Amino acid sequence: MGSRVNQLAVGTGVHAFAVFTAMWALLVISIGGLVTSKGVGMSVPDWPTTYGYNMFFFPVRLWEGGIFHEHLHRLVASALGLWTVILAAWITAVRADRSVRLLGWAAVVAVVIQGLLGGKRVLLNSVDVLGIPGSVFFGVLHAMLAQLFFALLCTIALMTGRGWKQLVAKVAEAPPGRGWIYLMLVAGVILQLAVAASMRHQHAGLAIPDFPLAYGRVLPPTDPSFLDQVNQRRLGVVDDAPITAFQVWLQMGHRGLAVLLVGLVGFLAFASPHEPRVWRLSIRWLSALFGIQFCLGAATIWSNKAADIATAHVATGASILAGCFVMAFARFSGERQRKKRFQPCPKSSCLLKSPAEPAGGQLV
Amino acid sequence: MKQLIHLAALVAGSASVLAGDVTGIVTLKGTPPAEKPIAPLAADPNCGKAAKGPVNTRHYVVGSGGGLGNVFVYVKGGLEGKKFEAPATKAVIDQVACLYEPYMIGAQAGQAVEIRNSDAFLHNVNFMKSEAGNTTFNFAQGAGAKPVEKTFVNQEVFAKLQCNVHPWMFGYVGVSATPYFAVTDKDGKFTLKGLPAGKYTVAFKHLKAGEVTQELEVKDSGAEVKATLEVK
Repeated sequence: MGSRVNQLAVGTGVHAFAVFTAMWALLVISIGGLVTSKGVGMSVPDWPTTYGYNMFFFPVRLWEGGIFHEHLHRLVASALGLWTVILAAWITAVRADRSVRLLGWAAVVAVVIQGLLGGKRVLLNSVDVLGIPGSVFFGVLHAMLAQLFFALLCTIALMTGRGWKQLVAKVAEAPPGRGWIYLMLVAGVILQLAVAASMRHQHAGLAIPDFPLAYGRVLPPTDPSFLDQVNQRRLGVVDDAPITAFQVWLQMGHRGLAVLLVGLVGFLAFASPHEPRVWRLSIRWLSALFGIQFCLGAATIWSNKAADIATAHVATGASILAGCFVMAFARFSGERQRKKRFQPCPKSSCLLKSPAEPAGGQLV
Repeated sequence: MKQLIHLAALVAGSASVLAGDVTGIVTLKGTPPAEKPIAPLAADPNCGKAAKGPVNTRHYVVGSGGGLGNVFVYVKGGLEGKKFEAPATKAVIDQVACLYEPYMIGAQAGQAVEIRNSDAFLHNVNFMKSEAGNTTFNFAQGAGAKPVEKTFVNQEVFAKLQCNVHPWMFGYVGVSATPYFAVTDKDGKFTLKGLPAGKYTVAFKHLKAGEVTQELEVKDSGAEVKATLEVK
């Protein structure tokens, strides 16, 4: 069954369709990011209808201003739901590995929850949840799940691809015990995305308008009189909420975490001479993506949060999470395969032994 | 004797209803940042056509004498426990060329606020409450749609009306619990009409410059007030 997935998947085009679905998800994330960047999420007040129309029959002549972005987001997201169901059904039909089938149907569950969260974001915009405004609570959840969902689709795309088995086999030969670093990287990126989503969905604009310094200092002042002064002088075209000390420190946390993550991925890129070549290349691509993301973060501030740049920052963040996620997944799959190779066996059945093998291990 | 008591009661009664107008001016100390051109308005196909010339933000409206416009003036203390009937007249705010006009209005809690759309295209009107008791709303108002009436049950300074179709478009309603409120004109001038004689705390609140309060004694002939807000 293990090799069957590759033959069937490639043969039937399920891998190509998985890649297409993942790319479509990135498109949905980008348009969603643009909706938040432009502050037009509430331009369509109803859901699942659009201004009382069936969403799919909303007249194009009414797609004006912010409605264009919000309605387009809904339509491409609906299509994504359909693609995800087709993908899961296709994976099941070609009798792929159990793990791939499970991931396929997990994606279906995720896309349904994501759709509902998007709707709740609109309908419960002003309802407080756990003391947090609904707009922020549901907005952050919706943003986070979108990124995790994209990572899941990328994993499926990788697992249905021709190179997956070879990659795992290569990783199985890599130095053991580094899986936890990749797990830490994934956890760090998820935390970073949570902080970023929280910053964006509070719609308070830039809590710190300069970079690399913060209000001209290494550590920004956050006393009430200083913040009063800042808020008095923030005159935006869009009416951003006044900033608070919490938001200033949130952005500082985002900056600090970014430096840590770039450092960690840089370490992995240049301190892995014994890793397989494909792995070294992958980690270098990933670190390049981190570098681009860092520059986009700086550009977001320097451009006073221009919608297109801020959205590119969101899309790159999603790509980074997906990259880290699939690498961690491949790492653990490789480690699992290595452990399988050296399964412990009873002494009587250990027919083959060599000095290179661990004690009690058997190559299977 | 009985007549004397009647006379005394009449005098006492009349004293309590004697009321004067409080007039004044709010000035801004300091130089505010320059307003910004609303570039997305000009770029929007509908709004760009509807606009008459370049349009700037309206955060600080400062008159030639330093008077500050769009300051909400209301009685913050001195009328506790008193109940006031909401007036039958409506407070009106309109959407014109993708801007709220006026930028700020005042209304009494319970008074109907009429929201109009004079534009030949659709806006949505989104209000998120910040005071308990008031009701959040977000509705669409197309071209030629009838005015929509909304009521704010409780005091809310400020209730923000926002169009998300055109995200630069926002206006404010200062909702006062009492009938004694005003919004300063472009020169910073205002009048609180018919405030009964007594001692009050009057608040002057601006969206950016913040709030100052003043203790004020109103006599039968009214009073005059000068307040200063500062931009640091």
